[in-house]
Amino acid sequence: MKCSACGEREGVVSLTQIVEGDVRTVSLCAKCAAEKGIETGIGLADTPLGGFLAALGESADPDAPLAAALEAGCPSCGATLRDFRETGRVGCAECYRAFDAPLRELLRRLHGSTHHTGTRYQGTEMAAVVSAPDGGARELREQLRRAIDAEQFELAAELRDRLRERE
Amino acid sequence: MIDLSLLPDGGMAWLEASGPGSHLVVSTRVRLARNLDRHRFITRTDPKERESILAEVEGAAAATAGLGRAVKFRVDRLDLVDRQLLHERHLVSRELAAPETGGRVRPGSGLLVQDRASVMVNEEDHLRLQALRSGFALEATWAHVSTLDTELGQRLAFAFHPEFGYLTSCPTNVGTGLRASVLVHLPGLVLTKEINKILQGLTQVGLTFRGLYGEGSEVVGNLFQLSNQTTLGKTERELLDHLGKLVRQVMEYEERARQILLRDATAILEDKVWRAFGLLRYARTLSFEETMNLLSGVRLGVGLGLIPSVGMYTLNKLLVFTQPAHLAAAQGRVLADEEVPVRRAAYVRQVLEAEVGRRGPSAESPPTQG
Repeated sequence: MKCSACGEREGVVSLTQIVEGDVRTVSLCAKCAAEKGIETGIGLADTPLGGFLAALGESADPDAPLAAALEAGCPSCGATLRDFRETGRVGCAECYRAFDAPLRELLRRLHGSTHHTGTRYQGTEMAAVVSAPDGGARELREQLRRAIDAEQFELAAELRDRLRERE
Repeated sequence: MIDLSLLPDGGMAWLEASGPGSHLVVSTRVRLARNLDRHRFITRTDPKERESILAEVEGAAAATAGLGRAVKFRVDRLDLVDRQLLHERHLVSRELAAPETGGRVRPGSGLLVQDRASVMVNEEDHLRLQALRSGFALEATWAHVSTLDTELGQRLAFAFHPEFGYLTSCPTNVGTGLRASVLVHLPGLVLTKEINKILQGLTQVGLTFRGLYGEGSEVVGNLFQLSNQTTLGKTERELLDHLGKLVRQVMEYEERARQILLRDATAILEDKVWRAFGLLRYARTLSFEETMNLLSGVRLGVGLGLIPSVGMYTLNKLLVFTQPAHLAAAQGRVLADEEVPVRRAAYVRQVLEAEVGRRGPSAESPPTQG
């Protein structure tokens, strides 16, 4: 069935509309659907993420353990792997622990690594000052350097004052 | 309509063509994706939770130097044309602005802008911090956004995993949450048909390319946004250095392609850039795509010194101000579809006329003549 908007491409989404009491079903291609703001999930399939998501549960028959795994919810937010497969988005930070194995595998495929080597989050100010042996002076000096690099002179002045207090 | 004059420089300092390599690079952007530890991610939040996320972010931002004086927008409460305006200025993403007619905005979505940095709230992630600068300026742009990240991180508990790093709504951004992109103008490589080979090469070494408006946007006017593909397993420094090295290489290739064109096809090249100038100077209707392509021709001519004294800044401004919401804002009303190309052409003529007037008649003849 051809797309009823452009009449050129093959329709991939069927849309049921009620117009003045009449029920009409139209078929739309991915492009026209996207233009109308209807999410198809098509196009995702072209990406490594999409491929992985499509493969998640491809072989799922209702009795297979995989199907059960797809329905198990994250204890924190209730999102399931099935939700993830549909949206490509995880539900909360806890999901990364709840679905450790499949997400780890996905991260490895997407990034070629699962190990973050960049900046480590220092926690909020209270946590950082308590844990830093020099009262956070080193971190402050580093921030000051970056503030100057970024020509953020107002911030630099504030950081310099805080550093003086600490030293 | 919203008053963007509230923003210092209208949030468009990135157009000023003052940065390094401005003849080839329009702008540099670095963004960081961050989420709050104690809140569900965006697909699982209801409007109430998003309100509380927005309030927390605004509260924390108010106490920082980097965002303490920020102009705030409730994106979800703006009219369509205002959301389009912010999107055309690269201040909000397509996801947040929903710039299509009938597009749905997400309740609780917000934007904070100060200097050359901004934070989108309740986009795909709770926070999207970005800094945007003129020219090829990865260092300064990164320093700016990283400072904001530190300042906000001291006041907001971010979701961070000991092994995976910063956690994001989509696993493609996990780790550093960093996407750095450089908007580069590559007409030489397009004309010499080298571009596909180069883009293909870039994707093999971990870079990706997009159009003027980032993810999902098409390449127009020979403007390519080059950015890192992966975000995990490398430090921020490594990601930036890798991108920087490759962008410099692409810039060299582009320079070389331009010199070859200038040497082997002088007349064709001169004709092309002056035709583009002539059309922009006198056309009575212009589509957006045509405008972008003609601006690319003129930009090439200016970069090669063939068209004297048309400023890069003027060309950069035209990239933004010829878009539909900006044309509407200039008229102070919503424009009918058929009116847009006419208004666009009139605006371009007016800007170029003023430019030529300012710079004198020599601006309209090549330096080799006369």
